[in-house]
Amino acid sequence: MPLIKEGVLVEDLWQSIADEEALIDGPVVVSLERWQSERESLLARNTPLGVRLKSDQSPALIAEDLERLDLVALEFPKFNDGRAYSYARLLRDRYGFKGEVRAVGGVFRDQFLLMQRCGFDAFEVADKAAAEAWEKAISEISVTYQPGADARRPALALRRNRPAA
Amino acid sequence: MYRYDEFDHTLVTERVHQFRDQVERRLSGELTEDQFKPLRLMNGLYLQLHAYMLRVAVPYGTLSSTQMRKLAYIARRYDKGYGHFTTRQNIQFNWPKLEETPDILAELAEVEMHAIQTSGNCIRNTTSDQFAGAAADEIEDPRVYCEIIRQWSTLHPEFTFLPRKFKIAVTGADHDRAAVRVHDIGLQMCRNEAGEVGFEVIVGGGLGRTPVIGQTIREFLPKQHLLSYLEAILRVYNQLGRRDNLYKARIKILVRSEGIENFKRLVEEEWSHIKDSALQLPEDEIARIETYFAPPRYECLDDTVREFEVKRFEDRDFASWVRTNVTAHKEPGYAVATISLKPTGKPPGDASAWQMDAIADLAESYSFSEIRVTHEQNLVLPNVKKADLYALWQSLRDVELATPNAGLLSDMIACPGLDYCNLANARSIPVAQRISERFSDLERQHDIGSLKIKISGCINACGHHHVGHIGLLGVDKKGEEFYQITLGGSADENTAIGKIVGPAFSYDDVVDAVEKIVDTYLNIRSEDEEFSDTFRRVGLTPFKETLYAAH
Repeated sequence: MPLIKEGVLVEDLWQSIADEEALIDGPVVVSLERWQSERESLLARNTPLGVRLKSDQSPALIAEDLERLDLVALEFPKFNDGRAYSYARLLRDRYGFKGEVRAVGGVFRDQFLLMQRCGFDAFEVADKAAAEAWEKAISEISVTYQPGADARRPALALRRNRPAA
Repeated sequence: MYRYDEFDHTLVTERVHQFRDQVERRLSGELTEDQFKPLRLMNGLYLQLHAYMLRVAVPYGTLSSTQMRKLAYIARRYDKGYGHFTTRQNIQFNWPKLEETPDILAELAEVEMHAIQTSGNCIRNTTSDQFAGAAADEIEDPRVYCEIIRQWSTLHPEFTFLPRKFKIAVTGADHDRAAVRVHDIGLQMCRNEAGEVGFEVIVGGGLGRTPVIGQTIREFLPKQHLLSYLEAILRVYNQLGRRDNLYKARIKILVRSEGIENFKRLVEEEWSHIKDSALQLPEDEIARIETYFAPPRYECLDDTVREFEVKRFEDRDFASWVRTNVTAHKEPGYAVATISLKPTGKPPGDASAWQMDAIADLAESYSFSEIRVTHEQNLVLPNVKKADLYALWQSLRDVELATPNAGLLSDMIACPGLDYCNLANARSIPVAQRISERFSDLERQHDIGSLKIKISGCINACGHHHVGHIGLLGVDKKGEEFYQITLGGSADENTAIGKIVGPAFSYDDVVDAVEKIVDTYLNIRSEDEEFSDTFRRVGLTPFKETLYAAH
């Protein structure tokens, strides 16, 4: 899958491992179930670790482990299953997770801005062309009305800071 | 009224460009209809039976004369010369061309309007009391908080793909004209023991297939925590609301399955983390928005206006319009005038372009250029001097907008029904038209008194039939249109879901059935008793007996 980070296509250094597959060397992403059953041996590998959450698996389930993880992948089984937007907010705002939050599944250019505002910083897309649309997709709406997990300042804060008319 | 500043202008303009690009991608074939659908729905563009339909947001139902003129222009230039005001205080255009919709949105942006979030599984247009700011029974103007909610909910990145659509209503008055108990979230402004103003928060109400009356999740929410509390409710719902079944996806189903106590626990736990975050509303921000809704410059008048009283005495037609369509104003010498969009035999809520222009002019002359859209699909001029009412009424009569039936039987709510909507089982508008023709004698309607008939063409209940004093629900019986009748519903502070009276009636028989119900009521009412009071006293039985006696 093509991977977009910081607006450009990058080589994916991570291997997503299916539950029935054997682990391989290097950074791996495993399912929540595998993480829970093989936690100790995974940690003993001493390589970067990621966990993949399905859309009905809240990051609250791995809240205690987040400081051992470098990546959390949040699945969108369909583009309109929006649970992971809240999960990303929780990862960033509630648990202070600093690693990669990756959107996988139904990920399209028209969602980049929303996802980025919720704290996603990596996007697996079906089509490389989506990367070309990146810049436009995240900049075509420049005003935000509500605080998010990104660095954009909402209108409320900007209004309060402007000089009195 | 709220006026856009540079941030609001920028957002709406950028949104138009974004949508223009999306439409171009659809027209070029880069996007399939399936891929385009969620994008167009985020801008209120539906594909209906015959054509696209564009739903334009009228935030909390408030319009200026300038905005109304623009709607008239759009109706003329891009549609067939009329628009349809909806139960969500919005306006729909039924015949726009896809390739012209970005132009329509650009026209709207010029007058500080848009179609953002008028459809899709997101937070929809926040609705309110159509008499806000003018009502005598108001604690505070709810539009201040509607506007704050409008901004917070606009393009909210986390809540754009909720399990289902999400509707919020706010009222500032004791008498609930905003139906807050049948919304996903209802906010009732109230005072706590210390006399501070805040909100009673009601959650999980709704109509649709499973009508539910909302429950109070918080008795008193201080104003500064409004947005964090809403965000907490939405975050819990976004994560836990059902996504496996379209018909079980609204928050009412979640609240019901969790139980209000457990749901409240989840919300309050979430809230405890975000209560003191950047979502907290600073007092100066509330004050800033309040200045937009400062009362217009009322003249200092006597409440008794002699020329008005004289005209009312002399002109019976005027008197009858005043009786139904004029409501008390908080300011002496002023009144609130309701413009009925329910003339006999016409589709409820429709207004032609020339009527819209006329209303814009009248609002300019008589109501500080302000107009409201009601969730009962009428329009309101909120600030009219009593001394001007007669002239206003005469002008309204000239453009066929002086029907004296606000709150009466022919002031019906009807969804678009099978004539326009591909979800409908049965026609709604023609039934409404036939009922209004049957009861076209206005003296008879005045005698019947306050009676709300609401008609939905299918179980999705866009016509709010569950909360009609008489509700009609279109059902399909072996390919034929039938109508199930419910009685005793109510959407005000005594919210009740109507009860099914018995087997459904055919399209041909349903108007007779309504008439029998009304006659039964007239026979058994005690003096001055309204239909809903009589129903509460006697229940279904007498109506059942007359309706099904011959069967």
